[in-house]
Formats: sequence, C-alpha cells, structure tokens
Amino acid sequence: MKNFHYIGKETPRPDAPDKAAGKALYIHDLERPGMLYGKIKFSNHPHARIKHIDASKAERLNGVRAVITANNSPEVRLGFLGDNVALKKDKVRQYRDEIAAVAAIDPDTAEEAVELIKVEYEPLPGLFSPQEAMKKGSPLIHETDAQGRPRTDNLVPLRYRHQSGDLDAGKRAAKYVAEGEFSTPRVQQCCMGTAGCIAEFDMNSNLTIWAKTQIPFLAQRDFNRALSDMGLRDKNTRIIVPALGGGFGTGLDTHAYEYIAILLAYKTGRPVKIVYARDEEFAYLSPRQSSITKITQGCDQNGRLTFREVEVLQDNGAYTSWGATYPSVMMMPATSLYRVSNIYFNAKLVYTNNTFCQAMRGYGNPEHTWALESNSDELAREAGVDPYEFRIINCNKPKETTPMGFKVSTCGLKECLQTVAKKLDWKKQNKKGKCRGKGMASLVHVGGGGRIYRSDASGLILKLDDFGNVNAYHGGVEMGQGLHSVLTLGIAEALGVRPDKVFINPLDTSTCPWDVGTHASRGAFMACNAAILAANKLRGKIFKLAEELFPQEAEKNLKKYRKKNPGYKPPAFDFVKEAKKERFDLKDGSIFIKGAPPEPWLSLDLGRLLRAIHFRTQGQMLATEVFYDPPNELPDFAKGFGNISATYAYGTQGAEVEVDTETGEVKILRMVAAHDVGKVLNPRALKGQIYGALAQGIGYALYEELQSEKGKIVNPNFRDYKIPTAQEMNFPIDLEFIETNDSFGPFGAKGVAEPGLVPTAPAIANAIYDAVGIRVRDLPITPEKILSALKKLKASKG
Amino acid sequence: MKAEISFILNGSEVNVTIDGHLRLIDILRNTMSLTGTKEGCGEGECGACTVIVDGRAVNSCLYPAHEIEGKSVTTIEGLRMPEHKLSEIQQAFVDNGAIQCGFCTPGMIMSAKALLDSNPNPSDEEIRDALQGNLCRCTGYVQIVEAVKSVAGQIMGKK
Ligand code: FES
Ligand code: FES
Repeated sequence: MKNFHYIGKETPRPDAPDKAAGKALYIHDLERPGMLYGKIKFSNHPHARIKHIDASKAERLNGVRAVITANNSPEVRLGFLGDNVALKKDKVRQYRDEIAAVAAIDPDTAEEAVELIKVEYEPLPGLFSPQEAMKKGSPLIHETDAQGRPRTDNLVPLRYRHQSGDLDAGKRAAKYVAEGEFSTPRVQQCCMGTAGCIAEFDMNSNLTIWAKTQIPFLAQRDFNRALSDMGLRDKNTRIIVPALGGGFGTGLDTHAYEYIAILLAYKTGRPVKIVYARDEEFAYLSPRQSSITKITQGCDQNGRLTFREVEVLQDNGAYTSWGATYPSVMMMPATSLYRVSNIYFNAKLVYTNNTFCQAMRGYGNPEHTWALESNSDELAREAGVDPYEFRIINCNKPKETTPMGFKVSTCGLKECLQTVAKKLDWKKQNKKGKCRGKGMASLVHVGGGGRIYRSDASGLILKLDDFGNVNAYHGGVEMGQGLHSVLTLGIAEALGVRPDKVFINPLDTSTCPWDVGTHASRGAFMACNAAILAANKLRGKIFKLAEELFPQEAEKNLKKYRKKNPGYKPPAFDFVKEAKKERFDLKDGSIFIKGAPPEPWLSLDLGRLLRAIHFRTQGQMLATEVFYDPPNELPDFAKGFGNISATYAYGTQGAEVEVDTETGEVKILRMVAAHDVGKVLNPRALKGQIYGALAQGIGYALYEELQSEKGKIVNPNFRDYKIPTAQEMNFPIDLEFIETNDSFGPFGAKGVAEPGLVPTAPAIANAIYDAVGIRVRDLPITPEKILSALKKLKASKG
Repeated sequence: MKAEISFILNGSEVNVTIDGHLRLIDILRNTMSLTGTKEGCGEGECGACTVIVDGRAVNSCLYPAHEIEGKSVTTIEGLRMPEHKLSEIQQAFVDNGAIQCGFCTPGMIMSAKALLDSNPNPSDEEIRDALQGNLCRCTGYVQIVEAVKSVAGQIMGKK
C-alpha cells in the first residue's frame, strides 16, 4: 500500500482554533451597514382561503421600512416542481405558509409589526395523513399545477419504481416469508445555528446574499430566476457562505425566507437580514420526511433471499422540496443491500396540509433501512437462521452489479459484519435474568458522489503565491463535517507541501468554481479527487519551469553554501543535465531531483522557485483549475436503474441494550460500528463524523419526533423535542474502520458523512427484540410503545 | 427604563447603558460586539450562550442584564492567553477533534471551564453532568468529553 505523508495522520482541523476562540463568524454574527431586520408573518391555518390582508397598522409603525404581501410584490416561485411561491396570495396550505413580511430597523420592531398584520381566512377542510388525502373526493390541496393545469387528486406527480427479476418466481421459491409495515416520523435537523441570510443589492441591481446553504451554485441559479421573476432580467446573484452552525441537509434547497429577504432588500434598497429563532426553525424549516413502508421478503430453506417487495407511502406535506425525492435513495438499500434478485419497489407521494419536507442526513436511507433491516431480522428468525449468519449468507460482494445497476467496486460489508459480531460477542449468551439483548443492522450508501443532477462535478482552483502558499478555491461547503480539513490534507499530500501552507478560501460564488452541492456524502470524495487532479497539473507546470530555473537557483545555492563551508567539495552530480521535468519531485514544500545526493543546496524551497518564475521578464504566476466529474450516471428513477455513484460505502452497527420492563426505558449498554470507509483520511475527523451521526441515529431510534396536531407543530423547542445530550450518550462506542482502498476514491477513500446514522435505529430495535421479544415498528421506540407491545405480548401468551 | 450598570468583563471594568428588558447575551453580542457567545435557542435549553458569572456557568440568554451589576463575567473571548494563544481547555478541544461546526463550542468550553475551575479532576460522570445543558448536534459528545478529560488529567499531573 502507498505510504502517505499527511493522509491518515492525526492533524487538527484548520478551522478549529478560530471556532475554539469564538472567532468564527456565522450568519448570526454578520452585520452590514444600514442593515434592516426582516420578519415573516406565517399562516394561522393549515388550509384556508385568504380573504383579506390588512397591513396598514404595521406599515404605520415607527421603524418599519417595508411590508410586503403577495398583493404588492412580484410572484416568486420556488421548489423543483414550482408548486410553491414565496408569499401566498389566495390560499394557505400549511401552518408555515408565508403571508407577509416586514423589514424594520431592529428585530423588536419587526416582530411588533408582524403582530399588527391582520389576515382574514375562510377555513377549508384539512388533510393530515396521506391515506386521508388519497381518498377519492378529498378536497384538493393544489387545484392546479405550477403551469396552471387543473389537478384531479392529491398525488405528487413523481414516479419512483423498480422492478427486476421475477417477483412471482421469487415468491414461489421462498420457504419463509416475513412482512411488516414500518413507519418513521418527521424529525428536525436541529442545527445548533439556526437558518438565516442577509440579502443586499448593489446599484446595478445585482444581488449579494450571505446564505446558510449547502448548494451555493444551484442557489445562484434559483435566485437568478427569482430576480428575473422580479423583472430584473440578466441580473446576477453572488452567494457568500459564512461559517455554518451545522447543515445536515437543511441547506440543500433554497427557502422562502431567502426569497423574502431578497424582496425586502430590493424594496427598501438596504441590506435585510432574516434569522430564524429556534421555534421558527422547528416549525417553519423543512424537516426530515416521514415514511410508511410495507415490506415483504422471502428466503429459501438455507436463508438465501428469494424476493423483496416494497411499497412506500410518503406524506409530502403541502409543497414539494427534496423530501419528495427520498424514494430515489430508498431504492438504493431496497435493490442493493444484500443479494436478492427478484425485487419490486414502488413509492407514492401525497400532498397533505402538513409541513413539507426536505433533506436530512441519510436522505431516505435511514427510513428505508429501518424497515429493511427490521424485516430482515424477522425473516431470519422465521427461517431459524441466526440474524448475523443470515446477513453473511446474503452479503454483497466486491465487483458485483446490483439489480439497480450499481457497479460495486470494493465492498467491505462482510468484514463489517464480522467485526461487529466479534466485538459484540455475538455468540455469547445474553446475561440471564436481565432483559438484555443484542442486535445489528447494515447499510449501503453512495460513497463516490451521487448523480442526482446533470452534473455531479466539483471544481477546484489552486493559486500559488510568491511564498509557496497554496490558495484553494473550492465550491464545496464546510458546515462542520470537516471538508476543509480533508481538502487541506488532500492538497498537501498530492502537491507536496505542508498542510499549514494550504489556505482554503471562504466560499463565494464569484471566486470559487462550480460544485453541485455538499450532499450525498460527496464532499471529501469530490474535493480530494479534484485536489489530486489539480495538484498533478500544477506539479507538471512547476517541474516544466524548473528545467530552466532549478539549475540557476541551485548554482546560487551552491555558491552560498561554499562560502559558509570553505573547502566543501560537491559530489559529482550534473544537476544541469539531470534537471528534467520527469526527474523532479516536490515534498514538504521542497523541490529536488529524484536520486540526487542529499545536499541541502540541491533542494529548493518552493517559494524560492516560484519567485524565480515570477520576477523575470515574461514572468509568470502559477495557478490551475480543474473540474472533477466522477464516473457515475444519472439514474432513471421511474425505472429504478442506474449506477448513481462511483463507489458505495457499507457498514454495520451493533447494539447491546437493556430494557426496563416496568418503565419501558431502553438503556444502551454499548454500540459497535464498523464502516467500510475506503481509506481513513483524517482519523479524528472521521471518528467525529461517525460518533455524531450515531448520536443522531440514537435520537431517531428512541425519542426524536416533530409532533404535529392537525398540521401544527406542537413541540417547537428543545424542552419538548429532545435530542441526545452528553448524558444520553453515556455508553461505550467502539468504532472500527475497514479500509478497502477503493480505486475511484481519492487516496482510496469513500464518502462517509451519512452512513453513521443509517443502520442505528434497526440495530437498536433488533437488540430490543432480542432482549424482550417485542418488535416496535414505528419510530421512535418510546417507553410507551414498548410497554404497550409488552402488554400485547403478555396477553398473547395468555 | 434606561439604567447605567458597571461590571467586570473579561477582567476589565465596563460601563454600559441598558434598556429594561435586555438580557446579558444582548449586552455581550450587541453592545460589546463579543459575538463568540452564541444564541442557539434563547430559552435556556441549549447552552450555546453559556458564560461564566462569578465563577458559575450561566445561560446568558436567561440572565437579565441589570442583574450583572457589580459582577464578573468571563466569555469565550476572555479565555485567550497572552501572545495569541488558546487556553488549555480551548487547545484541548482543538486537539481532540471536539469541534465540528463550532456553534456549540464556546458555550461548551465555558461550561467545561467552570467545571474544571471548581473541580480540577472530574470523573466521567461529573463531566457529562456538567455538560448536559450544552447541546451539540455534530459530535455525539465523545471527543468533547475526551477533551475535558485530557485537561483534567494534565492538571492532575501538575500537582
Ligand atoms: S441560547 Fe441560551 S440556552 Fe440556548
Ligand atoms: S460542533 Fe456543531 S453543534 Fe457542536
């Protein structure tokens, strides 16, 4: 295996010292001269016609600079189906519908003004479950589509389907069958730094927006479209991304509040800032999509899977954002986790009057893996096969092509399973007398980008200065996950400079090259692949110029060296003749000729050479740009086929739990996680990714749920919406990284941002079953659900 | 109701005019431009706004500004050592990978600092207990606890 200089070594993150000092600037910390504060008036009804909006009192309030409604501002459409508008005109379809907005000189005035806006509604019947909304004759949530064509039902016009093999034959071949319906709730991403932006126009009517986004370049396209909706044709948006207080998917779409800030900024001619308060973040930001999954699997007498049948029903909420595309990711485990050849997958999405949803870490994968891995456990037990053996029997293998057409390059799933079984002492009996049990669950996820758009590319510009520093301009978003840390190491490694000579510039669409967005665990994979390409180009340029300049500088060095060391006899080495571009190497910021004697004067500081290249007639400054587009394909999701990623990440997590049958509490005794990461880039940063994801997985498994009553979020605060604290995470977590050294991966690495939370919930649920013999099928697994299942179990046993 | 108050902020006496309903966090972030203290919820539920008042970790979002009169406040900005160095606990967070998005970090560090000042050698339990009011969505707390422990160990070693 290749020896790396920086890759795989413990290196503190470059952004950590400033964050530790409280110097990192988040959207909350930014101000612009003359800045106004925006505030939004949201709906009081889940479904109603807007009869009248009276904003006159708000307009008259001292300190208010603008009040906008759909009546006095241009219509700006949003969402990939265009079924939403920034300000609602005739109708509200959810509690979080934006009706009006205010810009004022301070936040208090803005808030007061919003309270003064009075809206008259004519309530309409609300639909709060997909089953209800699907019924024939249900009131229509959208009477027309974005193009104004009449609609006849509440189904979202999106198709996700996969069919492969022969389902009936698979069913006939099955000796054992397990079926079940599983559900997952809406949960909030809970970034500790809430959402917000500052919008500002220059006098040419071009927009600058400081945005908490993960997709600056797609957002640029969205906002440019909005400018054109506002009558500002051919105007441009510049997006600057400040430090992000977490992302987790929240930044994958553009948001109504951003369009509203833009409208207010244009109207007032002043910068306008909108930042969500915590209760707004809970109630008015798109959470993780909920799901209902019916799954049936069968296996033969040896435990080999013969078929898998899946029907997904999703509550889409009132409008369409990326939550509606979760089935495109659900298909991934449905078709490609474990070997199974006869598959049917179908998903239906239905508009309701609930909040609409967006991306969150895992993006459909935790939802589906919850159903799949719970059901796999049931099937294994039905067939009398040990659940671990069952997974080994059906394990994916390197070099296989899955029914969805995934070309698996490397696959460490078997090693992951074995590691978890070993560390969890799988074969050891559970302690007698205590309600303890063990469970495991696995995952597959994209690990080499994820083409969900025409381009899955990532650009990188490297610019060298006179001092041997490398300035990097990259379009990927650092939101806490450590992208800048691995990009720094990747550049340092591939170019041959020290990491402290690499500077990653703030993300600004006007200076950084295009990147599709920081999603799908693609950040490190893309950035480091781009770094390798760029470094190779740059080394080529440097070495070419060194043919001429290295001898001249080495000569000068030698002279100085001789002066200091009188009587020095240089070894016989013709560095003029040997100075050929293919002979040079660059390491730790020094250029030298490979195989040259180790004389100090024969090694040249990069900055020195760069100055020689710069300061002469016809001098040059060196920079390079690359655009890395991975070898993957855009799947046809209606057919459920296509190699979406260049490589795939696998993993297995195991849990040991103790269930208190009196209270229904689940105590996690320990967790084990083994992940096929391709190659560890930065050990501590990688561990942090898995620990953090795992904590989110535990919240998802045991208590997190964004509760709503008739469309209204009723727990919009950390008192009623619990996320894990240091106390809840008080158990050992044993991590193991399986290095499969993927040929597509930069330095062998795969993306691993999301996998850490994908199998956590089913691993815990399987452990609970092992402990007390009950299976809760609806997340979160609360004490109440456990107690009621225990009661049923007792009753059935008589 | 406007009032003049004076208090010690990161070691220096300051005088500020406050409005009746202001909170300590408003004084710190807005009046004093010390934006290292973060507001994650404004309701005493997340700990991002933690500062140390007279040796105790408090949520500055719940702390009425007028009650700060005569007291001593330390914020994250007050921890930095001379010669542009991070303090021991800050450096421990950096070295142990305890920082991801960093939004919880200043509050987390202030809670850890208050703990270590009063209990230089806390147990695992005591660390988790002291930090349970500080939410972090990124790290799962593992490396945060390790960071605090590493400093506790050092202080022990020095004795
Ligand atoms: S901002 Fe003070 S506790 Fe959350
Ligand atoms: S590091 Fe992001 S919330 Fe703690």
